[in-house]
Amino acid sequence: MAVLVIADHDGAHLRDTTLKVITAAQKLSGDIDVLVYGEASAVAAQAAAAAGVRKVLTAESAELKADIAEAVSALIVSLAGGYDAIALPATASGKNVAPRIAAALDVSIISDVIDVVAGDTFVHPIYAGNALETVKTADAKKVLTVRPTAFAPVAATGGSAAVEAVAVPAVTLKTRFVSDEKVVSDRPELGAAKVVVSGGRALGSADEFKAVLEPLADKLGAAVGASRAAVDAGYAPNDYQVGQTGKVVAPELYIAVGISGAIQHLAGMKDSKVIVAINKDPEAPIFQVADFGLVEDYKTAVPALLKALG
Amino acid sequence: MKVLVPVKRVLDYNVKVRVKSDQTGVDLANVKMAMNPFDEIAVEEAVRLKEKGTVTEIVAVSIGVAQCEAILRTALAMGADRGLLIETDQDLEPLAVAKVLKAVVAQENPDIVLMGKQAIDGDNNATGQMLSALLDWPQATFASKVEIAGSEALVTREVDGGLQTLGVQLPAVITTDLRLNEPRYASLPNIMKAKKKPLDTRALADYGVDAAARLTVVKVTEPAKRSAGIKVDSADALIANLKTAGVL
Ligand SMILES: Cc1cc2nc3c(=O)[nH]c(=O)nc-3n(C[C@H](O)[C@H](O)[C@H](O)COP(=O)(O)OP(=O)(O)OC[C@H]3O[C@@H](n4cnc5c(N)ncnc54)[C@H](O)[C@@H]3O)c2cc1C
Ligand SMILES: Nc1ncnc2c1ncn2[C@@H]1O[C@H](COP(=O)(O)O)[C@@H](O)[C@H]1O
Repeated sequence: MAVLVIADHDGAHLRDTTLKVITAAQKLSGDIDVLVYGEASAVAAQAAAAAGVRKVLTAESAELKADIAEAVSALIVSLAGGYDAIALPATASGKNVAPRIAAALDVSIISDVIDVVAGDTFVHPIYAGNALETVKTADAKKVLTVRPTAFAPVAATGGSAAVEAVAVPAVTLKTRFVSDEKVVSDRPELGAAKVVVSGGRALGSADEFKAVLEPLADKLGAAVGASRAAVDAGYAPNDYQVGQTGKVVAPELYIAVGISGAIQHLAGMKDSKVIVAINKDPEAPIFQVADFGLVEDYKTAVPALLKALG
Repeated sequence: MKVLVPVKRVLDYNVKVRVKSDQTGVDLANVKMAMNPFDEIAVEEAVRLKEKGTVTEIVAVSIGVAQCEAILRTALAMGADRGLLIETDQDLEPLAVAKVLKAVVAQENPDIVLMGKQAIDGDNNATGQMLSALLDWPQATFASKVEIAGSEALVTREVDGGLQTLGVQLPAVITTDLRLNEPRYASLPNIMKAKKKPLDTRALADYGVDAAARLTVVKVTEPAKRSAGIKVDSADALIANLKTAGVL
């Protein structure tokens, strides 16, 4: 059995996510190849250095760089013959393309895998993580998205896999890339950060969101996250949303500021090691999952926290 | 221009989920069911496109038990023109749903299939992408803005790191994200009118699609509960606790 892992990267760096998907893949097989598509050159070497990788495949084109699903899935389907399983990270990019690959191969998709029980049996959360479903697939080829927070990363160094460019299949695209609007930040990425500071509707405006949360995030070296309400209201970019239908994070420390703790939000952060909630309502459901709760107005609590941190 | 909107009947998002003690699934007996929230957003977007004059007909389709009729009526009350219920007691996987929808597309010939990015029961986030692959149509998932310009849809998508805009040639599959719009509530007069709108019911068997399950559910369990924490009374106490916990 061999597994093809699809790398998660930004053109310069291999994300930690990839190393976590490799760990999940190792539960299926010792033969793991990693596909780096898009701007592959710098990243391929990093993938080759990851522990436990047999071979790194690279593929480059403008469409792959733009992450056009039709192009990416055509590439992966063209490689699928050599593999028993294809594992993608459960990121927006992975979720965009994985079901396409599965449908093209006429197999089911198993979304958001958090545990590999056997070669054909997987655990994944359903109902916003309120239930865990164990499913056994009858499909010979498996297509999975893997929830990175559920697996530890393999070592980033020590491997010395060969790197091999693969042919990019020609596809007539009916999709064109128009533009990108990426949020640039010097902070650690939400999915990878050791500390996450998240804000909710209580913050009341984009300016207040920044003014309150950024100094705290700076002091803690944290990534910034948000509730859906804060994103919907325009206090924070969409990419910050933590939850059932946003990003799933599991940092060492998660600080929720002015967030009530709806189940859809909890779905994205309840596996954090330590959870802190700052909320002026003692009945807020967030306190049911918080290790440490501070019942206070954030307007006094956050400055006091900054002061105490020195 | 014609839009097909697939809508799924799911547990209402406000209802607390209970796992059955025999571990066979989630308890759906006597609980409030509703249209999947992302599908409401899809219906709303289709209705807005119709109000703008871009779209002339909206067909809502639901695959599932007879009670799916209720959510189709909701779609009609929001502004869809016709409903189609494809009845089955089987719980279909995304691949099977996509195959059925492909057959519906062959009958209805829509220019756009506008659907939710994710059903909040299975949280699969898969059916739209699968349908797009089966139809060999372009896909634009996780839409936060849709503009129709001639034979192309310009779709702004919520992606890792921000937003991306794609142009997809129609016909295409578009899936909705939360920021696309805020769905309207159906007014009482519109709910009354919806009762008279056409709603066809067909059997799943009529479509001759292989909807066999590929997955066997071994068990459904409750996740580990977090043990209750403590309340602290000051920022200083909080920091002392975080130091003890080893995270500062
Ligand atoms: C289909 C669907 C998907 C969803 N997906 C997500 C998701 O992925 N992520 C997500 O987060 N949500 C999601 N939601 C939304 C979710 O149900 C909640 O509406 C949302 O999480 C609420 O955000 P909030 O906690 O910021 O706002 P609110 O619930 O309004 O809470 C604000 C909190 O701030 C507190 N507060 C107010 N003022 C102060 C103050 N001065 N100081 C301290 N505390 C204060 C209040 O006591 C309150 O508890 C989804 C909903 C649906 C239907
Ligand atoms: N049984 C169904 N009937 C109609 N539409 C469905 C059904 N199942 C899924 N869908 C559509 O597919 C979308 C994504 O669902 P999923 O892939 O299951 O997360 C939903 O938001 C619906 O638009």
